[in-house]
Amino acid sequence: MDIELKILRYDPENDRKGHWEFYKVEADPDERILDLLHKVKWFEDGTLSFRRSCAHGVCGSDAMVINGENMLACQVLVKEVSNPIKIEPVRGLPVVKDLIVDMEPFMDSYKKVMPYLINDKDPGDRERLQSQEDVEKFEDTTKCILCAACTTSCPVFWTADSYIGPAAIVNAHRFVFDSRDEGSKQRLEILKDVNGAFRCRTAFNCTSACPKGIQVTKAIEDVKRETLLNN
Amino acid sequence: MMETRTDWGRREPPLEGSNFELYGWFFMRISGLLLVLLAVTHMFIMHVFNDTLNLDYEFVAARWDTPYWRTFDWLLLTLSLLHGTNGVRVVLHDNISDLSIRKLALGALYSTSLVFFILGTYVIVAFVRQA
Repeated sequence: MDIELKILRYDPENDRKGHWEFYKVEADPDERILDLLHKVKWFEDGTLSFRRSCAHGVCGSDAMVINGENMLACQVLVKEVSNPIKIEPVRGLPVVKDLIVDMEPFMDSYKKVMPYLINDKDPGDRERLQSQEDVEKFEDTTKCILCAACTTSCPVFWTADSYIGPAAIVNAHRFVFDSRDEGSKQRLEILKDVNGAFRCRTAFNCTSACPKGIQVTKAIEDVKRETLLNN
Repeated sequence: MMETRTDWGRREPPLEGSNFELYGWFFMRISGLLLVLLAVTHMFIMHVFNDTLNLDYEFVAARWDTPYWRTFDWLLLTLSLLHGTNGVRVVLHDNISDLSIRKLALGALYSTSLVFFILGTYVIVAFVRQA
């Protein structure tokens, strides 16, 4: 079938702002949006720039706005979206070129919540054991691939880029509710800041944007409650 | 045996932060629940059990003879003002990125709320029934 692609392009050397460009490609309904972008880049216009690495929904490189919604281009099939297909870079982060955005502000927020296990006690010769119930408390948030689909779908993040964003809170949640971790107090201290978890207005955009199906808004609410109860 | 390192990438623990946003968030939940009770009671008394057309000076004055109804009305006034002001504060923070314009808007919001609070409290506390 013939697919019409409408891509928001931006060339930092020649453009003052983004502009739309149109492409027509032949595609099978079972092909992915990423395949369409490859067809454009490889056979029509080599200057089109976008990120992708694993191309199988694991690395989180190709989050973009497809027909108005944040998705991974490698995870959405042509038959799942309406034709013509409109593709834009994710919102709220500075555009570097075409569909590539500067991920540094996103990663800075991620680093702020200390996304690693903090425990100074020597476990001895054994592993740090956990019950199945303990794992279930944070299992959902371990699925995060840092694609930034949630954070860049958040209306608060669009206007207030100082907001730490859903992805950072999700990754704090992953350790705050981990029974092996002892750094919760420090993480919650960061998240109760004016730009932390309480900046969330429960718009639920993050939950619908997450390509891994993480209950992002619920995780943020869990963190808020934990901050209240263990402050 | 080699000692296990567990301090990879450790950062300085942050300073004790302010609890304002945390308690602000909690206050919205509690005051929201209380306001549902207060406002529904108020609505039933004023619009269902009584007809607004029959409400006159005497009706209000009779209510305010008891400190109970004065407290009720003052609570309704204070909670709705605080709840509403905090709600608008949040909206202004989210939507005005220019710091000086935001400060101006917040200043206007706080002073308007304060004037309403002082006026309302004054009326409720200083009201004396005229014969």
